[in-house]
Amino acid sequence: MRIRRFTEPIFESLIKICGYSSGFVVLLIIVFLFKEGISFFGSSPVEEGFTMYVHASNPVKDLSAAQIKDVFDQKITNWKALGGADQPIDFEFLPKCIDSYMDSLPGSLAFFPSAQTDGKLKSAIPIKIDKITVGKFLSDTEWFPTSRPAARMGVMPLLLGTLLVSFFAIIIALPLGLAASIYLAEIADERIRKILKPVIELLAGIPSVVYGFFGLVVIVPLVQSTFNLPVGETALAGSIVLAIMALPTIITVSEDALRTTPRAMKEASLALGASQWQTIRLVTVPYAASGITAAAILGIGRAIGETMAALMVTGNSAIMPPTLLQPVRTIPATIAAELGEAPFGGLHFQALFALGCLLFIITLIINLLVERVSAKRN
Amino acid sequence: MEFPESNERRKKLGQAIMFGLSRGISYGIVALLFLILFFIVKQGIGVINWEFLTAMPTDGMTKGGIWPAIVGTVYLVLGSMLFAFPVGVMAGIYVNEYAVAGPVKRFVKMMTNNLAGVPSIIFGLFGMALFVNQMGFGASILAGSLTLGLLALPIVIRTTEEALKSVDDTFRQASYALGGSKLYTIRKVVLPIALPNILTGLILAVGRVSGETAPILFTVAAYFLPKLPSSIMDQAMALPYHLYVISTSGTQIEASRPMAYGTAFVLVVIVLIVNIAAALLRNYFGKKVKMN
Repeated sequence: MRIRRFTEPIFESLIKICGYSSGFVVLLIIVFLFKEGISFFGSSPVEEGFTMYVHASNPVKDLSAAQIKDVFDQKITNWKALGGADQPIDFEFLPKCIDSYMDSLPGSLAFFPSAQTDGKLKSAIPIKIDKITVGKFLSDTEWFPTSRPAARMGVMPLLLGTLLVSFFAIIIALPLGLAASIYLAEIADERIRKILKPVIELLAGIPSVVYGFFGLVVIVPLVQSTFNLPVGETALAGSIVLAIMALPTIITVSEDALRTTPRAMKEASLALGASQWQTIRLVTVPYAASGITAAAILGIGRAIGETMAALMVTGNSAIMPPTLLQPVRTIPATIAAELGEAPFGGLHFQALFALGCLLFIITLIINLLVERVSAKRN
Repeated sequence: MEFPESNERRKKLGQAIMFGLSRGISYGIVALLFLILFFIVKQGIGVINWEFLTAMPTDGMTKGGIWPAIVGTVYLVLGSMLFAFPVGVMAGIYVNEYAVAGPVKRFVKMMTNNLAGVPSIIFGLFGMALFVNQMGFGASILAGSLTLGLLALPIVIRTTEEALKSVDDTFRQASYALGGSKLYTIRKVVLPIALPNILTGLILAVGRVSGETAPILFTVAAYFLPKLPSSIMDQAMALPYHLYVISTSGTQIEASRPMAYGTAFVLVVIVLIVNIAAALLRNYFGKKVKMN
C-alpha cells in the first residue's frame, strides 16, 4: 500500500505527459519545419561563395534571380532590357585575367568565387541580387532549384499542379463516394452493408506505394493509349489514382453524416407521400450537407498530402500552367524526389523545407476547416 | 387536389434509376478493389517462392529475393510500436480517464486530429531534421522507427480512447466502491476490458506503418545493402521503399518488374492479414473500434 502511494503519482504524471504528446509533437514539427523553412527567405539565390560583378560604370545596381537566369540562358542579351545603357551583356563565368578583362568591357556581368576576387577588383563592383522573399517564393512561376548561377524557386507550378491533381481527383471521387455512402447508409440492407463496409475499409489500408505501383503499370498505360499521348504519366493519371485513394475517406465520413439524420425527419417526409429516393434527396442529404462537405474537404486534404502515388504516376515535371494531359509535379512529390539530392543546409534543402511549411499550413487549414464544418452540425 | 398518375410513375421510375445507380457504383467500387488485389496477386504469386522470401537481391535487384527488405520492415514495425504503443495508450488513458471536459481536453483532441492529418512526407522532413540531423542519429533504424512511431501515435491514441470510452462506467464505479484508486481501477478493471479493442488499434497501426514510404525515405531507407543491419544505428531496406525504387528508378526497370510484382504482393498480403486479424478480433469481442 505504501509503495503504491509512492508509485501512483509517478504513473499518473507519466500518463499526463503522454497525454500532451501529440500536442508536443505538432509543436516540434512546427519548430523544426519552420526553422529550416524560414531561413530560406532572405537568402540570396546565387550559389554560396560566389559573387556577381558588373563594371563599375554600369547603372544597373541590382538583379533578380529570374533576370540572371534569362541572361544565362541568353534570353536577355542587352543591358537595356535590365534598365541599363544600350550595350550587349558579356557574361563571364570564369576568373581569367579578371580585372583587366572587365575593365575593357563596360557591358560585362561576371560570376566569380567571392574568395578569389573580394576587394581585388578595381573596375568591377558586386551587383546586388534580390533576396528571396515569401512573396517571390509564392508568385514565381519557375522551379529550377539547381540552376546556376542563380536558382529559381517559385512554388507556383508546384502549387497549381498539386491543386489541379487533387481537385480533379475529388471531382471524380465525390459523386462516386456520395452514391456509395447513400447506398450504404440508406438503401442497402444490413447484411450487404456488413460485407461491403469492411471491403471499402480495406481499400484504405492498401499502402500508397502499392497504389502508385498499380497506377504505374495499369492506369498510366491506359491514359496514354486512351488519349494518344507521348507519355502516360500525367495529372489525369494522378487524379485517377488519388480518386481511388480518397474514396474510403469520403464514403466513411459522409456515411456517418447521413446516419445522423433523425429518423423522425425521414418518416415525416415518407408520411407526406415522398418516395424513398425523394426523402434521401430532399431530407437526408441536405441534413447531412455539412458532413458531406467535411468529407470532401478531408478527401482534398488527403489528396494534397499524398506523396508516393503522386510521385510515381504524375510524371514530375514543373510545367506552367499545369494541364490535365501533361506531366505535373506536386509539392509532396517534389520534396520526396529532391530532398535526397539537396546538400544539407543549402539553399535547395531550405527551399524544400519551405515547401514543407507551405504544405503543413495548407493541411492545417484543411483540418481546421473540417473541424469547423463538422462542429456546425452539432 | 389531384395527383396525376404520370407523376407517381415518374417518381417510382426515378427512384428505381437512382437506387440502381448507387447500388451499381457501390458494387463498382468493391469490384475495383478486387481488380487491384486480383491484378497484383495474379502478377505476383508466380514470383513468390521460398527463395524470393529468404534470399538477398542479386543482379542489380532483378533476381534473388527480398529478405533484407522484409527484415528491415519487421525492425521498423517493432521499433515504431515500441515507442508508439506505450505512449499512445497512456495518452488515450489520459484523454478518456483523466482529462476534464474543457478547453484542455479539446486542445489535446484537436492536436491529435491535426497530427493524424499531417501528410506523411512532412513526417519524413521532420524526422530528418530532428532525428537524423539534430539528434545525430543519422539515417538509421532508430531515426526511422521514431519517425514512423510519431506517425502511428494518433492512430493508437484514438483507438485507445474509443476502446476506453466503450467500457461501461458501472465497472469503474464498482471498483471505486470497493476502495480501488483511480489508477488501480484503470489498471485492473478498465484496461483488461478494453484490451481487445486496444489491440485492434495496435494491429491497424502495424498495418499502416509497414506500408509507409515517405517517412522513411530520408530517415532510414537504403536502396541496396549487401548485408542485414546489425544495430539500430544502421540503415535498412524496407518493403515499401524497395517497391518504389525497383519500379521507378534504376537502369533495369523492365527486368526488375517481376521483383516489383512480388514485393507488391507481399505488401498486399500484409495488409490483408492485418485487416482480417483486426476484423476477427473485433468480431470475437463484439465491440467496434472506428478508424476515422
